Amino acid sequence: MENNTVLNIAYVDKTFGGLHALSNINLQIEQGKTHAIIGPNGAGKSTLLNVCVGRIRPDRGTVNFGGEILTGKHPHEINQLGVARVFQTPEIFPELTLLQNVMLPAFAKRDGAFRFNPVKLLADERDIEGEARHVLEDLGLGDQMDNPSGSMSRGDKRRLELAMCLVQHPKLLLLDEPTAGMSRADTNRTIEILKRIKERGMTKVIIEHDMHVVFSLADKISVLAQGTIIAEGSPDEIRGNPKVQEAYLGGTHE
Amino acid sequence: MDAILLQVLNGLDKGGAYALIALGLTLVFGTLGVVNFAHGALFMLGAFCAVTFQKIMTLSKQVKDESITFFDAYKEVPYLEIWFGDTGAAFIDWVVPLSIFMAIPVMLAIGLIMERGLIQYFYKRPHAEQILVTFGLAIVLQEIVKSFFGANPIPTPAPDIVAGSANIGALFGLGDSVVYPYWRLIYLAFAGIVIFSVFAFLQFTTFGMVVRAGMADREMVGLLGINVQRRFTIVFGIAAVVAGLAGVMYTPILPPDYHMGMDFLVLSFVVVVVGGMGSLGGAVAAGFLLGILQSFASMNEVKAIIPGIDQIIIYLVAVIILLVRPRGLMGRRGVMED
Amino acid sequence: MSFFKLSRRDALMMLVFTAAVLTMPVWLSPIGAGYPDLVQKFAIYGLFAIGFNILFGLTGYLSFGHAAFLGVGSYTAVWSFKLMSMNVIPAVLLGTLAAGLFAVVIGFISLRRTGIYFAILTLAFAQMCYNLAYSVLTPITNGETGLRVLREDPRYLDSMLGVVQEAVPLGNFFGINMQGYSGFYFCAVMLIIGFFISVRIFRSPFGMKLVAIKSNQTRMRYTGFNTRPYVLVAFVISGMYAGMAGSLMAVTDPLAGAERMQWTASGEVVLMTILGGVGTLTGPLLGAALIKYFENIFSAFNESALLDAFSFLPEPAQHFVVAIVQPFVGEGWHLTLGALFMIIVIFLPGGLVEGISRLVRRRGKSGSDNAGG
Repeated sequence: MENNTVLNIAYVDKTFGGLHALSNINLQIEQGKTHAIIGPNGAGKSTLLNVCVGRIRPDRGTVNFGGEILTGKHPHEINQLGVARVFQTPEIFPELTLLQNVMLPAFAKRDGAFRFNPVKLLADERDIEGEARHVLEDLGLGDQMDNPSGSMSRGDKRRLELAMCLVQHPKLLLLDEPTAGMSRADTNRTIEILKRIKERGMTKVIIEHDMHVVFSLADKISVLAQGTIIAEGSPDEIRGNPKVQEAYLGGTHE
Repeated sequence: MDAILLQVLNGLDKGGAYALIALGLTLVFGTLGVVNFAHGALFMLGAFCAVTFQKIMTLSKQVKDESITFFDAYKEVPYLEIWFGDTGAAFIDWVVPLSIFMAIPVMLAIGLIMERGLIQYFYKRPHAEQILVTFGLAIVLQEIVKSFFGANPIPTPAPDIVAGSANIGALFGLGDSVVYPYWRLIYLAFAGIVIFSVFAFLQFTTFGMVVRAGMADREMVGLLGINVQRRFTIVFGIAAVVAGLAGVMYTPILPPDYHMGMDFLVLSFVVVVVGGMGSLGGAVAAGFLLGILQSFASMNEVKAIIPGIDQIIIYLVAVIILLVRPRGLMGRRGVMED
Repeated sequence: MSFFKLSRRDALMMLVFTAAVLTMPVWLSPIGAGYPDLVQKFAIYGLFAIGFNILFGLTGYLSFGHAAFLGVGSYTAVWSFKLMSMNVIPAVLLGTLAAGLFAVVIGFISLRRTGIYFAILTLAFAQMCYNLAYSVLTPITNGETGLRVLREDPRYLDSMLGVVQEAVPLGNFFGINMQGYSGFYFCAVMLIIGFFISVRIFRSPFGMKLVAIKSNQTRMRYTGFNTRPYVLVAFVISGMYAGMAGSLMAVTDPLAGAERMQWTASGEVVLMTILGGVGTLTGPLLGAALIKYFENIFSAFNESALLDAFSFLPEPAQHFVVAIVQPFVGEGWHLTLGALFMIIVIFLPGGLVEGISRLVRRRGKSGSDNAGG
């Protein structure tokens, strides 16, 4: 294990009713890098992410994040350690406005997992509101801040979810297909945003089908097929790897 | 030993009623995805089918009482007796079991009207709204019954021939202390037959197969191009009939009043939860189990150790089950878990 | 004084609310609802519903057992009258506190589950309380007869302070008898305090977090919130409101019975809340007042009163209308209640407040359309 590893996934196994979703996964994510996980449908990518955020408990193995064992922890505890996640289908608060959607994670970051303070008025939380506004404007959602978020387009919802993660300044950002369902223009915009945060030194794990996105962002790529990592390396190495091409062709032709 | 047998028997008939109501409740939940708080009202309506039938059959005419000669005395004699003599009287004696034949079409009709008229609009609504609207319906139904039949329990006796008690103890060689009313035995057997018929229907008919598949995975069955919807409507009708029959046959055990449905509903819900939401076998097993537990808890020996246990045993079991095994005794994993 | 701070709009609302509540006996008298017994009920049930709304309206957790807290509040208040003092302040404080403690225990267990399971768990607990109050807890609850204040009760605090005992002990506020209008004003002040706290909760980050839990609990967890303690706090707060409402019932009429804990009573508060508008500030109070008002009016009607009411019609029509209306009034009031329940859930799940604002919006829209066209 190298010294600048932030996330260390070691010997993780997970079966669902006899089906091996993940078998003996070992993966090290380096500080400040963008690590892409690619692979055909059903390869276990989302399962792996779910193991990291505490949604799924692995049968065997551990996930270590900056010296803390994540396996067995609750999702909110993992988030409080500095792990934020964008879901495959946008998980937002549809009844709330965009601004409120982003203020909530900011509260979680500042106040911790639970704080009871009914005496304070929401209107007095200027700092939090300012932060939320800033992030929303940064992601180009500034003009619809006070609209309810439920009626937005799917692409905007994804961008909002990204804003909800970024306002927390997480140490590790997990992205599950962040550009799926987006137009080309929106996709490029998201790539720009993600590139910018990379400059700030945030570590990212990204699951993506769109190779354009993967090759524009990733420092390192792992290829997952049928629950195991079949290849790992820099984008150039992966591009030329015959095993990867085979797995992809096999995956899509099935 | 005989005390235990007696308690088991005492629990069984109540358990039978719980099981029948819970069966319909979980059938409706499993197929339509609707939490029906008006299901207890169907039980009550069934019981009042028997009451209505009894009222109709005993419509009477005032007749001069010939046995009193000192003055003119009148007595009420049912038309049936006047027209058919002893046959008519026998018919009246058997009015409770005979009212089953009236209850089946009536309850089926009520069930279908309820499903088409109200429930179908609530498939996709949140559970809270389903609970609230059916709760309102239950109040409406019981108030209607109250305005027709009054607030007092109405005695509806069992046929004379089965009015006595069976000496079960002697049957098992346990002495004479275990006596058990015949009617309760009949109720038990009846509950068994109904439960068996429902299971057989679901197990061995094509209709039942589709319904079971629908319970397991509604979307999948929909994709096969089968019109699940119409079948589910019929399922609701069947559930209504089962609850109604449970009510009809229960009348000699408990004279029906308008709020009996609510009393049984709360308990039946608990039964469904204990058995496992959407599990038919679980509902039946839990119904009998809780009935028996309740009758054990009302033994003086038990009450002496834990005062008041008879009042809360069912709820207590439900709380414990929900906390340690939220999917219930026989529920499938993932059904309504969080 | 940050505690009393409100936005200008809320401060105005608070002012109007306070004025409206305090003058209820005046402006409600034209519709025959201005007398103390009834306005008092408005205030008490309003408090109950406002509290229930903090749980159901904000977090979306449907409790079917809140009547248990109402009962606990009532019993505690009566015991405070019996053992401590006929002064209503300790009675209300203790009643609220006892219900709060009770809510901590029941909430802690019930909140391990969500959705319909939560509803069933709370229902089970409330039924247990109700059944026990009728049976083994008779020494505390006096069973079916109900717990009442007696002349010969010790009242240690009163006797220590040398307060003179009345022949018929009644609740008092430092000597002011809590009967009639003074009783109403005491309840009204409690209602205003309760409403103010509810406004503050709605406008606080805490309130927003509760709404977010209703909106998407999964997202809340992955956003770093431990949601269970949040809902538990909301549950306890709403239990305390119920306890306060229960103790106020005992304040104005010093007795407590187990029927207050029955699950139909829990259903009633749900109805009040949804009738007025779940998750709105004033809706629950509106719902509570409407239900209590109609209960009072409708249940008082009998046939002759009905014939009087429709005497303006020609005689055959009069009898016909009376025959139709009669099942819904008097004894049949519950039928109306049940029907109302269904109509609201089917056609207006957002409640009256939403209905009204929808109407206002539509009118505003058509108005502007006219102006534009």
